[in-house]
Amino acid sequence: MRSEAATLERKSWYKRHEIAATPWLFLVPGILFFSIYVIIPIFQSFWISLHEWDGLGEKVWVGTANYERLLGGDRKFEVSFWNNVRWLILYLLAIPAGLFIALFLNQTVRGIRFYKSMFFFPFVLSQVVVGLVFSWFYLPNDGLFDVITGWFGIDIKGGVLGNPNTATYGIIAAGLWPQVAYCMILYLTGLNAVDPEQVEAARLDGAKGWKMLWYVILPQLKPATFIAFVVTIIGALRSFDFIAVMTNGGPFGSTRVLSFYMFEESLSEFGFRMGYGAAIAVVLFLLMLGFILYFLYSMWRDEREAR
Amino acid sequence: MHSIFKAPLVALSASAVSAAAAFAGSHASNLSGELRIISDMSNPAPRAVMEGLAAEFDEMHPDLTVELEIVDREAWKTQIRNALSANPPDVVNWYAANRMLPYVNAGLFMDVSELWAEPDFEALASTKGAMTIDDKQWGVPYTYYQWGVYYRKDIFEELGLQEPGTWEEEVANCQAILDSGRKCYTIGTKFLWTAGGWFDYVNSRTNGYDFHMALARGEIEWTDDRVRQTFDNWRQLIDMGAFIDDHQTYSWQEALPFIVDGEATAYLMGNFAVAAMRDGGLDDTKLDFYQFPVINPDVDYAEDAPTDTFHIASGAQNVEAAKEFLRFVTSADVQTRINAGDALGQLPVNANSSIGDDKFVQQGFEMLSSNAGGGIMQFFDRDFPAEMASVGMEGLQEFMVFPDNLDDILARLEDARQRIY
Repeated sequence: MRSEAATLERKSWYKRHEIAATPWLFLVPGILFFSIYVIIPIFQSFWISLHEWDGLGEKVWVGTANYERLLGGDRKFEVSFWNNVRWLILYLLAIPAGLFIALFLNQTVRGIRFYKSMFFFPFVLSQVVVGLVFSWFYLPNDGLFDVITGWFGIDIKGGVLGNPNTATYGIIAAGLWPQVAYCMILYLTGLNAVDPEQVEAARLDGAKGWKMLWYVILPQLKPATFIAFVVTIIGALRSFDFIAVMTNGGPFGSTRVLSFYMFEESLSEFGFRMGYGAAIAVVLFLLMLGFILYFLYSMWRDEREAR
Repeated sequence: MHSIFKAPLVALSASAVSAAAAFAGSHASNLSGELRIISDMSNPAPRAVMEGLAAEFDEMHPDLTVELEIVDREAWKTQIRNALSANPPDVVNWYAANRMLPYVNAGLFMDVSELWAEPDFEALASTKGAMTIDDKQWGVPYTYYQWGVYYRKDIFEELGLQEPGTWEEEVANCQAILDSGRKCYTIGTKFLWTAGGWFDYVNSRTNGYDFHMALARGEIEWTDDRVRQTFDNWRQLIDMGAFIDDHQTYSWQEALPFIVDGEATAYLMGNFAVAAMRDGGLDDTKLDFYQFPVINPDVDYAEDAPTDTFHIASGAQNVEAAKEFLRFVTSADVQTRINAGDALGQLPVNANSSIGDDKFVQQGFEMLSSNAGGGIMQFFDRDFPAEMASVGMEGLQEFMVFPDNLDDILARLEDARQRIY
């Protein structure tokens, strides 16, 4: 009796809490790195955004002055914001486009694997390469696009990327090319998982064409649609590479988006206004947070339903 | 991404630099330890020059080890901050005038005024102003180069045109060129700074050097009538269609084929463009140079001549050796050799140096030493503070494409001016 109680007492703290503590022990490295590289910098950005700072000298406290300037009629910010909205809306076209290509390719024909890989090809290319190729495609006078529009008597002054009215759309179109391929591959895998018995049953009930697609196939593709939506939204917010390569924010800043503006203010050659850049980063973060919360909510809801 | 790339592209071998450390004995030195240099002279010819300099200096001082690190020129523009603040080297490359300001303010460059007080440095007096902030000098120059109008001599001869000396002649020439189915000027404004060159010239010719520099210091409103006068003059050319179309989609290099193919006849540029034009097949019978013409006869010529420099980091470990290196690169002999036609192919700053026998270098030297009484500008993006420069150059590009937006552009620049200064 006595010795038993003694051994119980002598058991270490860890032994006594093994079940509860072990998961946390495994999580520690992850939590540590995630805090150092993600969580803490978020708060640091917010802190910096309340200062005026060139990244080298002393930080000067300016309170909310950066935000007042940013939201109180900074034209560059307005242009960037509306370009972000354009990106978000138009980039979503990748989802239906990807779906229809996937439906089109989801058949058993000789060499279909080859066609599929050809359609997937643009996604494998680096965004920088895609941007560069498209900027040649859009070149005024010599570019293929200009030649084609020339047949219809359309002449875009300054070329697609040189004209402030068309430049952003030109870049979005370039961005859509690989994004459609990405959505297509998501839907192709989704289509593999469509239950043939349900299709069979629907067919017996006389469903075909649009009705079949809308009421039978699409509901089964919901997980794929969700993922496609998530990656497309994220892709639209990551449009930085295309803009940097194709127009560098120009002509006269008409193709800037928030992430590019943030980079320009804080890290580019004439930048190093860290406080203002951080303020843009915070605004961008809040916008993204809205989407992230929505995604998290719908994932949580789905999981709860699945139980 | 901003390509403020005004270094020479000359791809010549620069073996001459390491030739004979002739005056090695002149400094009885007992320098020891290690001298760490980070240089941005990464293009082939400048790289050879820099490597030659380091090797030579190393040889002159037996107890001293020179450790040279060469960084890509574009990358250096953003890396210099980290390099200077964490584990700083002894000597670094940078640019004169306002481009030094952030590092001077942050205390990252060392005050080298005592070097400038030495008698040998009187030969560098021409650039002393560009190296001075708060009455102290923060570095030393090693090279500079002229800007001006490079033009197709053969086309001028074909059309019977002379080098213009006045604005009226310039405009008349341009009309003749346009009538022959060509454009007058090629330019690529995708990376904005090329438009800054045009503004520097038109503004300084219209209102003079002092006005231009006062504008750069933020003392004059952008909506001032005199600034408008500058834009009116510039607009004359734009309305004529003098510039190539769609220039906002080209970099300065992509604008070169227009002059090489003869679709445009002139290019307002820095001397570093000559190498590329020669590579494109324009030899000295086809390519020539003239000084930007007079607009307002009451103001003296002012010229863009950007200066590249060496600085000592304030965290330098081996200050004595670093200072000795700065004396070394500014000496007349070294400046002659590193700027020679087979090395950098640019102009030495030291007044006692001799000039390479290249046609354009000679003309540039002649122009800057005897015909730039107004003053020497360092270039738009070096004279204006960084934020003003970036907002400004964007406005200049917009003006060149949509001159009707001028009021809006000037209001925006004025807004920026009031905030920045």
